[in-house]
Amino acid sequence: MTSWRKYILWFAQEHVDFRVHEFESLVKMFGLQVRRLTKQTQKPFWLVEFREKEAALQYASRSVCLRAMLELYAHGSKLSQFHDSLRAHVDANREEMAGYFRPDTSFKIVVETYNKHFSQREKVEKIESMDYLPIEGPVNLKNPQVEWWYIEFWGLDPTDVPPEPEDILFGRLLASGQRHLIKELSLKQRKFIGNTSMDAQLSLLMANQAMVRDGDLVFDPFVGTGSLLVSAAKWGGYVLGADIDYMMVHARCRPSRITQKVREKDESIRANLKQYGCADRYVDVVVADFSNALWHPRISFDSIITDPPYGIREATEKVETKSTTKDSTRSEDMVHYPSTSHYSLQSLYGDLLEFAARHLRLGGRLVCWLPFHREDYDPKMLPQHQHLHLVANSEQLLTGNTARRLLTYEKCSKYILPDPSLVSTTQVPTPSQDFRDRYFNNALESRKERRMRKAEQREQGRVEMEARGKIPTDGRSKKCDMNKARFV
Amino acid sequence: MKLSTYNFLTSMAIKGVKVGFPLKLTINKKDVVESEFNPTFVERILPKLDWSAVYGAAQVAELTEDIPAVQPENIGENEVLLQKLHHLLFEIDVLEGQLECPETGRVFPITDGIPNMLLNEDEV
Repeated sequence: MTSWRKYILWFAQEHVDFRVHEFESLVKMFGLQVRRLTKQTQKPFWLVEFREKEAALQYASRSVCLRAMLELYAHGSKLSQFHDSLRAHVDANREEMAGYFRPDTSFKIVVETYNKHFSQREKVEKIESMDYLPIEGPVNLKNPQVEWWYIEFWGLDPTDVPPEPEDILFGRLLASGQRHLIKELSLKQRKFIGNTSMDAQLSLLMANQAMVRDGDLVFDPFVGTGSLLVSAAKWGGYVLGADIDYMMVHARCRPSRITQKVREKDESIRANLKQYGCADRYVDVVVADFSNALWHPRISFDSIITDPPYGIREATEKVETKSTTKDSTRSEDMVHYPSTSHYSLQSLYGDLLEFAARHLRLGGRLVCWLPFHREDYDPKMLPQHQHLHLVANSEQLLTGNTARRLLTYEKCSKYILPDPSLVSTTQVPTPSQDFRDRYFNNALESRKERRMRKAEQREQGRVEMEARGKIPTDGRSKKCDMNKARFV
Repeated sequence: MKLSTYNFLTSMAIKGVKVGFPLKLTINKKDVVESEFNPTFVERILPKLDWSAVYGAAQVAELTEDIPAVQPENIGENEVLLQKLHHLLFEIDVLEGQLECPETGRVFPITDGIPNMLLNEDEV
């Protein structure tokens, strides 16, 4: 028998913007039947209904935004209402829950509060307020057989905590999310990294957005150190990469770790995959220029996951003919390094979307980052393609005024070779200036102006504080005084 | 470079080259990397492959007794052949060698298992 059941999803409050899209991608990938009951996506606790318990577990087996999933027993926005609903639930499901309450079943109750701190004694009081639960087993804090969770949600704004909790929830721990992978794949311990290696959490999120499954063929045309391939391979994808930078692909570029003087001999993208036990998933990396056609028309990828260079920390380059009047001084047998020229972001994204439209399977996804200046952002400036449909778009703030958006496209129709007489099928609106140029030369306010404005803001805050009658304290000297007092 | 990747590489970026496929493969040094056999993956990649290039690769790798010259039907049901294909396409790793454009004779070197498909300025 299948029936809809309610679950609590407890999310990490990090990359909040990404969790909705991750949720939707995983639901689509597994074909889950689900109803979202919490409309406010910023909340760390969502109530959802899954059609089957297996569906809930499938979701938890892939989500990196999710901390834990609980089976919901009671929910209320007032204490009395909450306790009534918990009592009613226990009464109504006495038979089903009997196994959790048996004398030989050890348990533990965790009290979790969001946006408000409680002392241990207050937490114990909260647990004791539920003394009507017919629990008979022994307490086991280390390794319980059943873990109950009591959750209070006190709003999102730490400067405006409401007098009463907004939500009170009670449930049984069912499964954890995949956040342990963030530590497991951490760049700190990774064999081969570069200046722009993507951190583990975001690369796992990207692979989820791309709906990578066991046996998929995944491609990264700007592979760098292969950080996106690691997460794709972790989810079972077979990975293929390409990059224009010969030294990078061969792991012979300058090391990025401050403690490291030279690259070790055995550093490589393959070594990274081996480190995480997915060497079997490594197909190849190739030194190639993305702006030139290389791949056979028959190849089709299940997904393309990439972080193209923005021209800030890694150069955007392609091979190009430069007309020089100088006579060539090279002889035939000399190694030749082709000269590269700037590859503007607009034409790069144009090429990327065209490539994806051509080489993705139908329904396959392209996941990539697009950097921009926040004040310039306009949804109209996102690249478009007639065969690709934008399914997700989430923002990550970078330094100062810049941000980047993770764009997920899905191939929605079969690729037809464009008629050369027609206008291009790809539309990459041209922002007034290139991202790089803007970043270095033409920011709306210079660094100096920004510093002055910030100082002014601080000064204004100090004046307002004094006006409220608060005496400004020097945090540092206070700490020093405390330390001195300790040794008197 | 695995021989599955070889099946996807072309030299069509060279000025004047129309098809640029299959490239002429020379193996100077190879390695056999054992990897887990995944029948679904091999089956999924089959329709993307060009059989003449698969057979060509088998000839260079001296494995022609394993691979038929013409693509047989219903490969999916032939587990023995799938395993042989897995060995040919995913376990043989070309460490040193070269790929040659069939139309212009331009040579792309393979060093440390990584093919270098970069072209010079005057070739694109």
